[in-house]
Amino acid sequence: MIQVNDIGKSYGKVEALKGISFSVDKGEIFGIIGPDGAGKTTAFRILTTLLLADKGEAFVDKLDVKRDFKKIRKMIGYMPGHFSLYPDLSVEENLELFASVFGTTIQQNYHLIEDLYRHIEPFKTRRAEKLSGGMKQKLALCCALIHAPKVLFLDEPTTGVDPTSRKEFWQMLKKLKAQGITILVSTPYMDEATLCDRIALIKDGRFLSVQTPQETVNRFNENLYETSSTDMFRLLTDLRKNSEVKDCYTFGASHHLLLKNDSSLEALKKKMLALGHQDIVIRPTEVTIEDCFMKLTKE
Amino acid sequence: MNQFLAFIKKEFFHIYRDKRAILILLVMPIAQILLFGFAISTDVKNIKTAILAPKHTEMMERLAEEIDQNPRFDFVGFLQIENEIDNYLRTNKADVTITFPANFENEVYSGLDNRVCISVNATDPNTASIESNYIAQELYNILSEKTMKGIEPQVSPINVHLMYNPQMKSSFNFVPGIMGLIMILICAMMTSVSIVREKESGTLEVLLVSPMKPFSIMIAKMVPYFGLACINLVSIMILAYYVLDVPLTGSLFWIIAISLLYIILALSLGLLISTLAETQIAAMLISAIVLMMPIILLSGMIFPSESMPPILEYISKIIPTRWYISAMRKLMIQGVSIQYALKEVYILLGMTAFIIAITIKKFKIRLE
Amino acid sequence: MADVICVNGLTKRFGDFVAVNNITFSVKEGEIFGFLGANGAGKTTAMRMLCGLSFPSEGTGTVAGFDIAKQSEKIKKHIGYMSQKFSLYEDLTVMENIQLYAGIYGVEKETMKRESTALLKKLDFENKKDTLVSSLPLGWKQKLAFSAAIFHHPKIVFLDEPTGGVDPATRRQFWEMIYETAANGITIFVTTHYMDEAEYCNRVSIMVDGKIEALNTPKNLKEQFHVDSMSKVFDQLARRAKRGE
Repeated sequence: MIQVNDIGKSYGKVEALKGISFSVDKGEIFGIIGPDGAGKTTAFRILTTLLLADKGEAFVDKLDVKRDFKKIRKMIGYMPGHFSLYPDLSVEENLELFASVFGTTIQQNYHLIEDLYRHIEPFKTRRAEKLSGGMKQKLALCCALIHAPKVLFLDEPTTGVDPTSRKEFWQMLKKLKAQGITILVSTPYMDEATLCDRIALIKDGRFLSVQTPQETVNRFNENLYETSSTDMFRLLTDLRKNSEVKDCYTFGASHHLLLKNDSSLEALKKKMLALGHQDIVIRPTEVTIEDCFMKLTKE
Repeated sequence: MNQFLAFIKKEFFHIYRDKRAILILLVMPIAQILLFGFAISTDVKNIKTAILAPKHTEMMERLAEEIDQNPRFDFVGFLQIENEIDNYLRTNKADVTITFPANFENEVYSGLDNRVCISVNATDPNTASIESNYIAQELYNILSEKTMKGIEPQVSPINVHLMYNPQMKSSFNFVPGIMGLIMILICAMMTSVSIVREKESGTLEVLLVSPMKPFSIMIAKMVPYFGLACINLVSIMILAYYVLDVPLTGSLFWIIAISLLYIILALSLGLLISTLAETQIAAMLISAIVLMMPIILLSGMIFPSESMPPILEYISKIIPTRWYISAMRKLMIQGVSIQYALKEVYILLGMTAFIIAITIKKFKIRLE
Repeated sequence: MADVICVNGLTKRFGDFVAVNNITFSVKEGEIFGFLGANGAGKTTAMRMLCGLSFPSEGTGTVAGFDIAKQSEKIKKHIGYMSQKFSLYEDLTVMENIQLYAGIYGVEKETMKRESTALLKKLDFENKKDTLVSSLPLGWKQKLAFSAAIFHHPKIVFLDEPTGGVDPATRRQFWEMIYETAANGITIFVTTHYMDEAEYCNRVSIMVDGKIEALNTPKNLKEQFHVDSMSKVFDQLARRAKRGE
């Protein structure tokens, strides 16, 4: 459905995209995951025909993003970062406007947005500027869906949205996928990666990997441990000083730990006890996308 | 078409819900007309006038009396020697002095040389030129109409004629100027700011990625402002006619036709600015500095372009408002037929075509 | 240890709408206090009241020993503030930004010189000090912004989503800076949407519909709700929200 071959883009001296390639199948949720400033938005703008790439070529449903931009614009839905809505228009007016801009009506495609719109319908006369982040996000998605697009481009739809609304949002995306809509989505939240069918990790305008989340994790190919004690911060600094430790970083309630040699585990535990750490736990743990991202950026 | 109408509706919502915009768009033009018409007037009143006459004759007395009776002038006294002129003008005891030659009374009716000298305090050149015109006119009136000694003067002593605006009411001149300014303000500034606002908020991104043609987005953005400009055109003309007593003697059809042309020109300027500016502040600054300042200073709205230094006069020639004002003065105040304003019409037409051409060339269907 | 923040029955109304509804809590000196809540739960309003930017409708409180209703100017001198959206001037250089912050809080010139050199060294920014902030990567900016916010040694620093959009490695470095700062006795009051970061806090409060529905250490909260992560604790609470806006 989407085919991208080595596209690159520079703004003056800054190389925002340094040649990325990937393809997205029909009905797939493809995630581009990386921090702010990695080039996600630039990639989205090129694919939505808003920017011209300096090099490479890209196709959406076999249509060239440069030449066939008019046709592409008719069949895609786009939700840019920071949910572009008209703050001085009400929820209903926003939706009506986008429906008529795309030459359709709310009634015609109501089935697509029904689930989403039910949440915001009670506030349909409220102006968009008065909605909370989660509500704005839902409205923006409704607006992007109202013309039944084949491909949905969602640029950081969950940024600044609380974790619970984020989860609800991903459930919506699953339902849309079930209706055959192809979804390209970007996010800075690593924990959302597992919700995609395939992911590309991006940093500084380059893809670090393009795989399914499971493959990405498999490629980690090292034993990962989690560790905790009563004084977490001191444990972190003590572990880093130890010559057996390859890497150690905070990870929620525990620290994640990589060893140069897995056989030194018991010795390490003893050393930490000797340094006065209490209730020390070191045990194997599952690798997450975030671990992979950090490993890949370090390489 | 449905898209287009929905979009225009939305534009009206934006304007309607922004109370400040309404204030700028509808109240300000009226306030400006009234302000310029009444308060800010370059009309000069109570000109302090002194006369230096070698002989203190009956004719001079009568002249002084005539001057004093006119509300424009205050007669402040007769001077004895020439040195006093300088003294009076410097100390602001007088704004204007009139010096009569020694044998003025004999020669004015006999056709011999009879030069009257008018000295004006020209610290403010604009006022000075108005004052000297007034005094010359007044002298001419007194000398010619009120025949002294029952004999017509042989030679008109001063050759100044004030035409079309015999009372020299400045509000007449301001009305076309304000129309020119307000159309630019509403059409160019407000349109460009409203387009650039969508650039800033990111909504333009979504619109560009829609089947709606980029150019029809722009046209739809112009429609409400075109409407507002027309409302203002009508309200200004009504105010001008009924409140400021501007004669509106020329063809109403052509006054409106040329105004509409000018509105379209201003709209395309706004569109051009919106393609250049990335932020609302930039759009405001471009409109204010590149459009407003030259219009106010150089279009002839306040200072006549003919009296500018040559360079500024050349610059003033590329300001569309100058030609609009000139055409409006001809049609509204002079009341001449359209033939005499054709030059302005052609220039405005050419400028409009030129600006639209650049705008189309500059117009981007993408974000860059 | 003394309480740096102590509020009692704090309430803020906007017309009929109760944005913050009778919240009571205290924060100890040197504590890392996580202030969580769904969008629209009232976090921002509560934080504004604590910073002396907004006047409470009801209730009392002290921040850094000063009354939030009566001594807001004094509070402002003793707190630091950093938000994701605005923190540094993009068109000023690194050094100019530091000087600006130091100037705003009235840091002595000599102290400023000495400490800014030390700071640049610590951040590894020495050769970047004349670089425009706009050309720094986001993660660096946030680290610099945090350093600027604590440059005048405030008693407490408020961080409003300081790590939004920052890459994972830099996010961790940022939290290590937070730990270090807290170890030096500066209290940290932080909001975040990353639930792993909630685990780093000494204590966490979770706001739902203007009320604080839970307040404890991450460990105790997880036990209380019988789940294994803060993310699940948050889910359970946030689902109770009725306020739909």
